[in-house]
Amino acid sequence: MGEVLGLLFNTAVFAAALRMATPLIFAALGGIFSERSGVVNIALEGMMLIGAFTAMFVSNQTGNPWLGVIGAMAAGVLIGLLHALFCIHYRANQVVIGTAINIFAGGLTVFLLRYFFGAAGTSPSVATIGDVTIPVINRIPWIGRVIGRQNPLVYLALLAVVLAHLVIYKTSWGLRLRAVGEHPKAADTVGVNVFRMRYVAVALSGALAGLGGTYLSIAHLSRFSEGMTAGRGFIALAAVIFGKWTPFGALGACLFFGYADALQMRLQDVGIPTQFMNMLPYVLTMVALAGFIGKSVGPKASGQPYIKG
Amino acid sequence: MQKRIKVTRWQEIATPLAAVVLALLVGSGFILFVGENPLTAYRILFVESFGSIRNLATTLQRATPLMFTGLAVAFGYRAGLFNIGAEGQLYIGAFAAAWVGFTFTGLPRLIHLPLAIVVGMLGGAFWGSIPGYLKAKLGIHEVINTIMLNFIALYLTDWLATGPFHGGSWVPETARVSATAALTRLYPPTRLSTGVFLALAAAFVAYLILWKTKQGYELRAVGLNPQAAEYGGINVAKNTIIAMAISGAFAGLAGTEQILGLHNRFIVRFSADLGFMGVAVALLGKNHPVGVIFAAILFGALQTGSAAMDRLTSVPRELITIIQALIIFFVAAEYLIRRILRMKEEA
Repeated sequence: MGEVLGLLFNTAVFAAALRMATPLIFAALGGIFSERSGVVNIALEGMMLIGAFTAMFVSNQTGNPWLGVIGAMAAGVLIGLLHALFCIHYRANQVVIGTAINIFAGGLTVFLLRYFFGAAGTSPSVATIGDVTIPVINRIPWIGRVIGRQNPLVYLALLAVVLAHLVIYKTSWGLRLRAVGEHPKAADTVGVNVFRMRYVAVALSGALAGLGGTYLSIAHLSRFSEGMTAGRGFIALAAVIFGKWTPFGALGACLFFGYADALQMRLQDVGIPTQFMNMLPYVLTMVALAGFIGKSVGPKASGQPYIKG
Repeated sequence: MQKRIKVTRWQEIATPLAAVVLALLVGSGFILFVGENPLTAYRILFVESFGSIRNLATTLQRATPLMFTGLAVAFGYRAGLFNIGAEGQLYIGAFAAAWVGFTFTGLPRLIHLPLAIVVGMLGGAFWGSIPGYLKAKLGIHEVINTIMLNFIALYLTDWLATGPFHGGSWVPETARVSATAALTRLYPPTRLSTGVFLALAAAFVAYLILWKTKQGYELRAVGLNPQAAEYGGINVAKNTIIAMAISGAFAGLAGTEQILGLHNRFIVRFSADLGFMGVAVALLGKNHPVGVIFAAILFGALQTGSAAMDRLTSVPRELITIIQALIIFFVAAEYLIRRILRMKEEA
């Protein structure tokens, strides 16, 4: 028992939890922007995967991982615009298009992997973004060992949560975003361009999910491998719901899911199967939806195409 | 205002066909990108999937699980439900069928095989009825719950097949199912089994339920307009659960067929998106059992031909995954296709 308690508060576990949570945080923020504008985004998984591939590819071609970050965000924007085009202009079912993007991403990344590198499975190793030490903070006893030395993308993810909160709740753009997701007709009446808001939000969603993928291929690891997101896009989606469509709520959910992820290997040694820890985010999300931990209700117009007139 | 679109039978078929053609056109861009001739690649794809009885048998074998998952999605859709959880229902059904197959050995084939099939089907039905129940009783949209249940099923069966029911080898799989629970291979050395007849029968049953029974009438009424159905005295909650259970049963049969007809044991993560492809199959088949069969055969053919295309040209086989995704894009964007085909929209 003491051994298990020791594990639960181990600084190494917390540091690992923060790392595991990072790709989820980016993708979940992406999910929030999209859903807040009224577009359901179950394509986070595919957007992350394409981001992960692009980051690896650009880093491989240029030798500069930061260009990889930019490339991945650009690729995410493109996929986001594709999602937006079909959902907004062609009024296609948003869940169907999300499914199509996920299948598309799975096929495209392996197609390109095999064409450029001749190998199925994994890419060659590429230049990565290295960890940095924050001078003063790393000397604080317990906290320093958790957040004192991490990857720059980890800090960027935490910063992005604060920025997303400010944008959504403290700017007029955020107000319009929320209006478009709750009641597009009313927003339209007072002169908000519903289509443009949704395009921007879904493109931003793609950029953020792409960043999440970036972390996987050129920060956490140094290569792309087939299907490497392994459901993280859906865990991010779960975090959006669990966090009630708010940036800080989603952050809490991502940290918790990351913590469960970081613990799973260690808990296996004390007899808890890893699969049970893997299941946890999904089970908890269903429980949250069912209203046992305070009901999760999404933006009202989420999922509905907007037809002007 | 919602516009009512007048649809003739020709238009009903024209949109999916146009979607396939558009997808192949965009796909040829990818073929040109890798420096090959699209016509050569597509010719190989066609010949290798339909060119001989053996190829045709493989195409049908690949199409079989897609017929089931396509039916699962289509059936749900007719009742106004989006079952994106066929993947999870498939895994639960597959494991249940495998469990009967390797546990109750010694039963005569006449009892063992049908028992395994029914239990596999019930496994899928159970897993499907969970989001149905949650929607009926608590009003939670089925999309999120079915996605979550996909992963729960994946990890649950992963644990079962590597933990309590591990087959003992170093691979993550259960013991083999007894020969008395295996479907018969029809055309060796291809792996086409009698499962294909099961799939065709399932399509017929889906048609009968939906269009020839009172239950089916109620399901479709709920699908078209739940408020009106409720007003007309139909129990929407009950029908939601029934629809998800039947939809899940079809997905469970997909898993059952894969175990009893193909793998002969439960292998962790064997499915590779068969459930998600069901969404594509149902869409392309216009959510009609007959359409689902043809759509599944098309997808089965693409998969069968892709191996040869990969071998004989420098086009990676993943091209067909891209094409399948493109087909979904274009079928889902009927609005776009109708504009391209200049079909009339009536106010």
